[in-house]
Amino acid sequence: MTTDVRPLPPTLSSVVRAGTPVAETAPVKIDVRNLNFYYGQKRALDGISMAIHANRVTAFIGPSGCGKSTFLRTLNRMNDIIPGARVDGSVTIDGHDAYGSGVDVVSLRRQVGMVFQKSNPFPKSIFENVAYGLRINNLTRSKAEMAERVEESLRAAAIWDEVKDRLHESALALSGGQQQRLCIARALAIRPDILLMDEPASALDPIATQRIEELVYDLKKAYTIVIVTHNMQQAARVSDYTAFFWLGRLVEYGRTDRIFTAPAEKLTEDYVTGRCG
Amino acid sequence: MSLRRGERAIEALLFLCALASVGTTAGIIVVLAVETFAFFGEVSIVEFLTGTEWTPLFATKHFGVLPLLLGTTVVSVIALVVAVPTGLLSAIYLSEYAPERVRRVVKPVLEILAGVPTVVYGYFALTFVTPLLQQWLPGLSGFNALSPGIVMGLMILPLVSSLSEDAMRAVPRGLREGAYALGATRMQTALQVVVPAAFSGITAAVILAASRAIGETMIVAIAAGQQPRFTANPFVPIETMTAYIVQVSLGDTPQGTLEYRTIFAVGMLLFLMTFALNLLSSWLRARFREEYN
Ligand SMILES: Nc1ncnc2c1ncn2[C@@H]1O[C@H](COP(=O)(O)OP(=O)(O)OP(=O)(O)O)[C@@H](O)[C@H]1O
Ligand SMILES: [Mg+2]
Repeated sequence: MTTDVRPLPPTLSSVVRAGTPVAETAPVKIDVRNLNFYYGQKRALDGISMAIHANRVTAFIGPSGCGKSTFLRTLNRMNDIIPGARVDGSVTIDGHDAYGSGVDVVSLRRQVGMVFQKSNPFPKSIFENVAYGLRINNLTRSKAEMAERVEESLRAAAIWDEVKDRLHESALALSGGQQQRLCIARALAIRPDILLMDEPASALDPIATQRIEELVYDLKKAYTIVIVTHNMQQAARVSDYTAFFWLGRLVEYGRTDRIFTAPAEKLTEDYVTGRCG
Repeated sequence: MSLRRGERAIEALLFLCALASVGTTAGIIVVLAVETFAFFGEVSIVEFLTGTEWTPLFATKHFGVLPLLLGTTVVSVIALVVAVPTGLLSAIYLSEYAPERVRRVVKPVLEILAGVPTVVYGYFALTFVTPLLQQWLPGLSGFNALSPGIVMGLMILPLVSSLSEDAMRAVPRGLREGAYALGATRMQTALQVVVPAAFSGITAAVILAASRAIGETMIVAIAAGQQPRFTANPFVPIETMTAYIVQVSLGDTPQGTLEYRTIFAVGMLLFLMTFALNLLSSWLRARFREEYN
């Protein structure tokens, strides 16, 4: 594995680009050490270590089945609910062990929001989809405040104009791309710290994709974003860092511009130039 | 070519099977309709539907079906009060909480329970549950609506549980994950996301259980008594529509008489009720149709 984002020191890590050290001022938000993941007997992740920086966009790329989603889902312990799944190694978020014994998974997930690869709106109204996280976490004090938060989230996810006149209609009547943006709004509504996005634009047309990309760009002021994508241009456009996975391993991780212009590993080069995967 | 013909033959066979079941149903409806029509030639339909006395087998005959209808309703409501909450809770447990090991044991056991002959439940109600209840409720008669109602609830519980669980398990895992990702607890996810998403399936289960309760015969014939009484009191002997039909069919009432025809009129009402329940069920399904793509 080649990585120029060293997990140490714990709060600031220096980044080496083409031999010249470039200071990364953003603190480490998520620190992963030697993470292995198993679906039953099958090992899906093999010794992953990486430090993800706050207020940066980190892209995960790699061929289908290489473990991007699996890795992303270990970061908010979404894999806990899969029977037979097992994880070892450590994930530290803001200095706290995410897999520690006393960890409240519910509040961890509140802090680490997620948009799924396959859009999954609840069979409720558009409004209720966005309001749900606010309700269960008691995040708003009045109806008016809730309506405000819902609108704000829908605007942030670039879907407000399309749904403002039909907030109380079923979310299932929306198009696939609209559903995905609704799911983004739903995740934003509870204002997590970290936003994990698993191919959020795979079902979207170029215009909606561009909106999502702009959104990601805006959101990184307030959030730490990890985004899985199959689209190399997208990774290059939106991310600050890129991690290339292959067969459950992290092959290379570094500044996006370097990964795309001067990859250290042959595998990475082949992949980003479209010669394999 | 021969494959084509084979397929044709199978198709024809399947069509005949479908035709047979449709034909049987049609036949039943025709018989019911003809006899019911004959019955209402002699008894006013208004008396039948509004009268509160049912004494067709006595010297002074009254043909008000309400006592039977009420008897059926009381027993069925008791059964549903027992079966729906417990069945739903057990479905939630099995689908959302139980480890695979537990599920693999409990589900078949529940299904075996559903296969116990109803006559066994009937005697269980009469000889075990009623005496047990009488220790707490001294006013309870030996025959009553309460005990068969509870036992019928136990009988339809596996149906409610099993079908509701199927409906909940059919809810895509992604929906649960969506809730978990927002910081929902297991309980919140189960009650606020999975149950509403499985609503049409759960409703279908409950309605099926209700029509099973309404149509259930043995338990009430054995343990509820045979006294058509216009009362909602569950402590006294009553008679349900089904129990009355059994009473007349097994008794010595001669065929073709007015007394005998009463069972077709009552049967028709029973049929219409279950039919209405099915319509309600499909209406609910249409209203709450889940569209998972
Ligand atoms: N629930 C599961 N049970 C067993 N194996 C699984 C499960 N989910 C994923 N896998 C396996 O783990 C490996 C990694 O899957 P993962 O979904 O993480 O890949 P991915 O990189 O996200 O792929 P894609 O780009 O197609 O989404 C694959 O081989 C996959 O078959
Ligand atoms: Mg994936």
